[in-house]
Amino acid sequence: MDTKTLLLLGDEAVAQGALDAGISGFFAYPGTPSTEIMEYAQHSKQAAEGKIHRSWSANEKTAVETALGMSYAGKRTMAMMKHVGLNVAADPFVNSGITGAHGGIIITVADDPSMHSSQNEQDSRFYGKFAMIPVLEPSNQQEAYQMCFTGFELSEKYQLPVMLRVTTRIAHSRSGVTRSTALEQNAMSLPKDKRQFVLLPAIARKRYKGLLEKQAALEEESYNSPYNSYTDGKDRSLGIIASGIAYNYVMENFSDGECPYPVLKISQYPLPKKHIQRMVDECETILVAEEGMPVIEEMLRGLLDRGITVKGRMSGELPRDGELNPGLLRKAMGLEARKSSPMPEVIVSRPPALCPGCSHIDSYRAINEAIKDVHGDGHVFSDIGCYTLGALPPLEAINSCVDMGASITMAKGAADAGLYPSAAVIGDSTFTHSGMTGLLDAVMENSNIVVFIMDNSTTAMTGGQHSHATGRLHKICEGLGVHPDHIRSIMPKRNTHDEFVQIIKEELAYEGVSVIIPQRECVQTQLRRAKQKKKGGDK
Amino acid sequence: MKLDIILAGVGGQGILSIATVLGYAAVSSGLQLKQAEVHGMSQRGGDVQSHLRISDRTIYSDLVAAGEADIILSVEPMESLRYIPYLSTEGWLVTNTTPYKNIPNYPALDEIMAEVKKVPHHVAVDADDIAKELNNSRGMNMVMAGAASLFMEIDFEKLKEGIRYIFGRKGQDVVDMNIATLEAGRTFAEKNRSV
Repeated sequence: MDTKTLLLLGDEAVAQGALDAGISGFFAYPGTPSTEIMEYAQHSKQAAEGKIHRSWSANEKTAVETALGMSYAGKRTMAMMKHVGLNVAADPFVNSGITGAHGGIIITVADDPSMHSSQNEQDSRFYGKFAMIPVLEPSNQQEAYQMCFTGFELSEKYQLPVMLRVTTRIAHSRSGVTRSTALEQNAMSLPKDKRQFVLLPAIARKRYKGLLEKQAALEEESYNSPYNSYTDGKDRSLGIIASGIAYNYVMENFSDGECPYPVLKISQYPLPKKHIQRMVDECETILVAEEGMPVIEEMLRGLLDRGITVKGRMSGELPRDGELNPGLLRKAMGLEARKSSPMPEVIVSRPPALCPGCSHIDSYRAINEAIKDVHGDGHVFSDIGCYTLGALPPLEAINSCVDMGASITMAKGAADAGLYPSAAVIGDSTFTHSGMTGLLDAVMENSNIVVFIMDNSTTAMTGGQHSHATGRLHKICEGLGVHPDHIRSIMPKRNTHDEFVQIIKEELAYEGVSVIIPQRECVQTQLRRAKQKKKGGDK
Repeated sequence: MKLDIILAGVGGQGILSIATVLGYAAVSSGLQLKQAEVHGMSQRGGDVQSHLRISDRTIYSDLVAAGEADIILSVEPMESLRYIPYLSTEGWLVTNTTPYKNIPNYPALDEIMAEVKKVPHHVAVDADDIAKELNNSRGMNMVMAGAASLFMEIDFEKLKEGIRYIFGRKGQDVVDMNIATLEAGRTFAEKNRSV
């Protein structure tokens, strides 16, 4: 392997691509499967030397807005998030289509079909279409790298943000990536039109028309894009449209990629209508293979679904939900299944669990005991993080997990409806991500809830990233107006159990907003620090 | 050549160190590589797997297709069985015999081993014991890499180079110990393979 070729995860390829394409700042909140983009940038010597911004943001919305500010100042920038993170950032994301960009801006979104580490499998291409901006969808790590160059180029050429959509199996799969010559960062410059980013209705209307007018040119870009290729085949009884990683699952079934059917590979949107027109004209049946939701298939069918014979996720040749794989495509193309044996019946499932020694275990034991009269009846709302695993046996301590921050607001809503006790369990990083505003709502009405902010001083589920909350929780709660007497701290441990239970009982008895902060560092980050200290000591 | 491997284990057992050694050997042999990993929630003690694909031709899919794996390399016996649908009819099941019991309903070990022995091509390795005998208590993964290496078309010397690459920073003693561990795994597999 030559020195320009690196063995990179898809996420790492995105980070390296952005670095080589002259980025000045990465902005993100951790979320599987996107986290490694920022982590790679944080460990990169090249990024350090280029003084490139690469600290975590409070949430995805602040990340996209900050990136937009950097684009405003003329520099290239990227905001990264998991698919559901884009829901949080949807407001600046959609409006950035209308403000447009100045310096190149890429919004990288990592979708998680099959929900390996997520609460849904929404497809970010819908958002790209919604905001009417170009979407790039790599089929391999090399494209993921290269698309950072293309993305910034498109973004600066059309003055639009560009979405880079990856899925779990690209994000977390490693392969050889050959680097291109690196570009310089942009110099700072302000937008020529000083009203470009002022979305007052009168200006927004004009800018929206401008966005609509750009669509034809964007489609022409897609038609000419090297990422969208039409390969003719001998057998035109079937034509295959394969997007992103699904292209690989099609090609895997033919030795040396010699597919007998015409194949249209899609990795850049808006869809290149001319290529699709050709396939529909020349082939009897169209098979659409796409990772995620049937975005292309639905467009192809249209509302009435008449005229074109289409096979795909909507007609049942491919499953409607979950990830694709080579075997599913094999079946959809009518090839004989490969021989394989079923899984032996003796196997049981092995769900993830809280680590031995985890502080959350002690917290949940205390909560379960303090509310033992109603435990299991459904009084504890929770949130997104390691502590969500408290829903599983043996603890079975929580009754909800919806989106970042929903524990506090749902507890408030249930309390408003008369539920007592009504409790919320939220992590420290999730609290500063999206919990603070909900707590303010509760304070404003003195809602009768008890909020547990489970402070392990890190963003644990995604691997122990910095938490904005560390050392600030008490002051934040006080600043939001929680009465200081009802902000209680405790070190959750076996030997503080009784004290902890007592605190909970006292706060349950208080009619109003209570915050209890069980604080003990995550065992994983603690272990890592100890190892690093030992390494340092050896030197 | 093509070599499709499913690496299996439990989150925290460190199967990715095996992937790194094998991946290094493949790349330094001038072969193509794709390696899909599991990050995120499952790493908290759940079942984890990595798809390692090596070939002298273009590799399309990041995932091994069902019925196509040449080797299942598992550091935990029950986890080795979870991926049987991936194993080709000629494929090898190479598994550690020490169970990792972090669930209350872990099945009886003899039932698991009976299933392992039903696979025509298998090797069951007491990897934890072998590593301990070599005073390399954390070397279980390298025993397993060595055992599975017997069924790979990859130069064994390249695997040793992979170990030098990973452990080089920790000094020559650590490198030597892990190479000895790798060799012990391979020797065990030579003597104990089912066919």
